Amino acid sequence: MSKPEFVYVTYIETTPEKLWQALTSSEFSKAYWFGTELRSDWRVGSPFALVMDGTTSDVGEILEYDRPRRLSYTFQHVLKEEFRNEQPTKVVFTLEPHGKLVKLTLTHEGFDGVPELLNAISNGWPAILSSLKSLLETGNALAVPMSALGTKGL
Amino acid sequence: MDEVFKALADASRRSLLDRLHARNGQSLNELCDGLDMTRQAVTKHLAILETANLVTTIRHGREKLHYLNPVPIHEIGERWIKKFERGRLAALSELKRQLEKRDE
Repeated sequence: MSKPEFVYVTYIETTPEKLWQALTSSEFSKAYWFGTELRSDWRVGSPFALVMDGTTSDVGEILEYDRPRRLSYTFQHVLKEEFRNEQPTKVVFTLEPHGKLVKLTLTHEGFDGVPELLNAISNGWPAILSSLKSLLETGNALAVPMSALGTKGL
Repeated sequence: MDEVFKALADASRRSLLDRLHARNGQSLNELCDGLDMTRQAVTKHLAILETANLVTTIRHGREKLHYLNPVPIHEIGERWIKKFERGRLAALSELKRQLEKRDE
């Protein structure tokens, strides 16, 4: 077992269920993930895709779906030629309630010898997580109607 | 946020963050290696960094590994840096880096 290349932690004032919806709803992800939609039926073994303006940038497979505790999928970039033949990497989200807060831990592993890919991804996650936190706590940047939330991944 | 600033206001703690920035996911032994600090001092500093959420740890086999968690630093940046300033600030940082490199 290789050790994760990154471990990111943020504490969000929300509930595990709301955070889970945010992590698995494509309408919600557009607001905090630079306009990216997460597409999957969220069953273990099902395909997973990141889609921006109709273009698929990354694909993967759902590895774990233990609502609202643990979510894991693989990740493979398909747009840029230089990354297309690399092994998929693995992302794990862990949600733990602590009083009024939820501790969200994200680990990402499997970047064997691809420093450019590592750099590209390590620049992205802190921004995505900050945006997710701000969205759940303040509702800022919430460009989608609340009624659209919670309709995916159920 | 007070805890983040307090944790960063110490050169020893910043040097521990630098070491994790250079190589993420280190055990306490690895972090102590070659440092001019006692193991107790490193442990104490790591506890403060963990409280501020600047360092996070995971169990990996029998080892406890330490990771730099840049999320709180990113949040500080988001609070005072406006979107349109980002490009100019990056250019300014790069200019400073280039100019100072030439003086070395």
